[in-house]
Amino acid sequence: MSESLLRVNDLRTYFHDAGAIARAVDGVSFDVARGETVAVVGESGSGKSVTALSILRLIRNPGRIEAGSSILFEGREMLGLSEKEMRDIRGNRIAMIFQEPMSALNPVLTVGEQIAEVVRVHTDASRHEAWERAVEMLALTGMSDPRERATAYPHEMSGGMRQRVMIAMALVLRPALLIADEPTTALDVTIQAQILELLQKLQEQLGMAVLLITHDLGVVAEVADRVVVMYGGEVVERATVTELFDSPQHPYTEGLMNAMPRLDQKTARLTTIPGIVPPSTSWPGGCRFRDRCAYAWERCEMEHPPLYAVRENHESRCHLAVEPDRRQSPHEPLAARAGAHQ
Amino acid sequence: MIVVVALLAPLISPYDPIAQPDIIGLKNAAPSFVHPFGTDSFSRDVLSRCIYGARVSLSVAGLATVIAVTLGTLYGAIAGYAGGVIDAVMMRFVDAALAIPRVLLLIAILALWNGLPLWLLIVVLGVTGWFGLSRMVRAQVLSLRELDFVAAARAVGASSPRILIRHILPNVVPTIIVAATLGIGHVIILEAGLSYLGLGVQPPSASWGSIIQDGADQVGSAWWISLFPGLLIVTTAIACNALGDALHAAFDPRHTTGAMAELDS
Amino acid sequence: MNNMKSDAPLLEVSHLSKSFSSHRGLSRKKAADIRAVNDVSFSIARGETLGVVGESGCGKTTMGRSILRLLEPTAGKVEFGGVDVLGLRGAALRSMRRRMQIVFQDPFSSLNPRMTVGAAVREGILIHQLAHGRDADQRVKVLFEESGLDPAYVSRYPHEFSGGQRQRIGVARALSVEPEMIVCDEPVSALDVSVQAQVINLLQDLQRDRGLTYLFIAHDLSVVQHIADRVAVMYLGRIVEIASSKDLYSDPIMPYTQALLSAVPRPEPGRQTARIVLQGEPPSPANPPPGCVFYPRCHHPRKDEACTQIIPPLEEKTPGHFAACIKEPPRTVELLMLAAQAAR
Repeated sequence: MSESLLRVNDLRTYFHDAGAIARAVDGVSFDVARGETVAVVGESGSGKSVTALSILRLIRNPGRIEAGSSILFEGREMLGLSEKEMRDIRGNRIAMIFQEPMSALNPVLTVGEQIAEVVRVHTDASRHEAWERAVEMLALTGMSDPRERATAYPHEMSGGMRQRVMIAMALVLRPALLIADEPTTALDVTIQAQILELLQKLQEQLGMAVLLITHDLGVVAEVADRVVVMYGGEVVERATVTELFDSPQHPYTEGLMNAMPRLDQKTARLTTIPGIVPPSTSWPGGCRFRDRCAYAWERCEMEHPPLYAVRENHESRCHLAVEPDRRQSPHEPLAARAGAHQ
Repeated sequence: MIVVVALLAPLISPYDPIAQPDIIGLKNAAPSFVHPFGTDSFSRDVLSRCIYGARVSLSVAGLATVIAVTLGTLYGAIAGYAGGVIDAVMMRFVDAALAIPRVLLLIAILALWNGLPLWLLIVVLGVTGWFGLSRMVRAQVLSLRELDFVAAARAVGASSPRILIRHILPNVVPTIIVAATLGIGHVIILEAGLSYLGLGVQPPSASWGSIIQDGADQVGSAWWISLFPGLLIVTTAIACNALGDALHAAFDPRHTTGAMAELDS
Repeated sequence: MNNMKSDAPLLEVSHLSKSFSSHRGLSRKKAADIRAVNDVSFSIARGETLGVVGESGCGKTTMGRSILRLLEPTAGKVEFGGVDVLGLRGAALRSMRRRMQIVFQDPFSSLNPRMTVGAAVREGILIHQLAHGRDADQRVKVLFEESGLDPAYVSRYPHEFSGGQRQRIGVARALSVEPEMIVCDEPVSALDVSVQAQVINLLQDLQRDRGLTYLFIAHDLSVVQHIADRVAVMYLGRIVEIASSKDLYSDPIMPYTQALLSAVPRPEPGRQTARIVLQGEPPSPANPPPGCVFYPRCHHPRKDEACTQIIPPLEEKTPGHFAACIKEPPRTVELLMLAAQAAR
């Protein structure tokens, strides 16, 4: 039983702008154990990316992590650390890769230099040593002719190759945790398959934990051990991956799964989730999903649901957990009744 | 900063009906309560002259800029949208024109053409000033041209002139406005310099530049004659730049996303 | 699935090519000739949806735009309703534009930020003089309703809408001129899954109600399988396989199609994926390998030198199913062996 590597507790990240407060992340908690892959799933407006950035304290004004939040990494409270201490951790113990590799890479430096820089910042390796490690890392990411490629510039490479470079940069110091924010969304599906395979292989080799931010349930099923579903700045469902796909509890998760066209199932019409995500500056009272929910009833408007434990390894922020019979009587969600007008 | 701009407006509007040749008696009087800016060697109230001068300086700069902006925008938009050979030829011409220092060109023209009527001065200033703007407009048009909504307009059957006018130009307007405000500041200084040299605004009209010229010999004794117009020029130019900055910021949030939009994930 | 209402196809594309040349410096000599679309031929029947899939650089977007003459093709023929589209000019071209429209991928750049959405939708109506003044406004409102938007929002600007809503506005704009065919260029790729479903349903409903024909370009195979009757797979500017949606997904012939399908992550954890993970990257279109351009990455157990000798033609392998491969499709047994090998 490994103690958790990362423990996020009641994280709240708010953006204060001209009087309005956008509660992008509003009380999010989850764990990541050593070596495991946790996927955070959500759509735009769910707060998943802000959560990832908050962990590395990359949130800038007007955003800030509110008091009462806690992020423990290897037992240490990260929110109390100084900026210098955070810099020691970033790239070294916790690394992050992003969706768009082109904007994360410096166009005027060769890729080898950029990877080597990571090494030199955190260790006292010489230039030569750092370069060697960079080449070694590129080889590990499956790049052909790594020594030659290290002297190339980012714009000379394809999207898939740039993503490999980003992975090399992130992993060169063998971090304990890799945060991957939509790492394959911008890639073609065959390249995505390569990159996912690579990540899994490296994870095994390096004994690394991965926090994967994504909106793609297919990717989640492929690589995740446990899943955290986010909606409206909150965690609405938390489960192991098999539990989640076997029996999704939260109506939003259910809706997401039904809205996806599936390669092996031919349906005439996709079921949609009517309405849109409410703005983070004014979360509705009670359950934030109720206007779009096919099961909502009066309780959902009055009482903000806590994260109920439905089973072992499965929690859901939905009153259906305590009143499961209501699932038998679905109705048209409020958002659909108002017409499709949004 | 915008307050400084507001200061300019009342300068123009309540222009003193006090004629320039004011009281004959007070010659070269230092600034006093009655004459806040003092008087010059012809006993003219410097403040009043400055106010009238403001009208001249500002209108010259304003009109010249309007001409420059109109020419530059049309030229740049056509070059940018047409592309290919037309664009290449048009821009080569602009490149050549930009190689000639504007001040020297103006001095040459104005020196050869003595005693220029005011309206012609404005035209000359305008015509020599549109090149840089056309490059800017062209650059923007080039990138706008590739955007999907332009393709959509073509798909729906819009003709090129229609696309230019209804789709491309409205999106170039913020750039133009910002460039125009900065341009005004630039021309004010330019005109002041030319008038100082005696090439710009001719008497009896006075602009800030010529007032400085009037007081140039007496900078030691009657320093106020040159100082105040000079200060006005500097303040106005800074105010124009500040206005340009403010406008630029005002136009941006509509298009670009602010910190709040980072939350969209 | 087959809504063939007439015998002659509505759209017939023959040997369409579009090349881009990159010049080096100021010289007029071409440094490289990039064949974005290379000798593409297909047809679409009225009321049908042809899906076109492929990865970045395969030329599908270029092809879509070339058919509409938003880009001028370098060679080939496009016939729409029997009319030679590439030969038209002036007023004739303009009236042809009414008949085929396009919906774009990016909800942010597809609408003019300085134009109200009502004006954007109204533009086509005004250009083709389908209605004036009040009538035109009324039409716009009806189009909004049909696209699932509140007609009260016609005087708002694009930045006030969400991505999904902006796509709907794009659809309303395409419909404004009453087209017969719409090229959907990755219309849902930039949207969240739940919003994607809404827009897909909208497109399907409109097709049913108005008898529209779609050329649906996408990289998401699941979406294409859901909406398309027939599917064409493109690779490096060519169509390498084309078949009915059902046949393509159940029995892909081209090794590339097989790899593409197996690369799609399925929402089934623990599923034993007989995965074919393609190695390497697609070749540069400026410098394609000789013969079959897929040869270097191909996993066909019986590929050989012959593959590099000729460019495989698109041939009918089974009724209605065309593929560009000179070899017989690998047998299931061979594929399973391959997958087992890869897993080791």
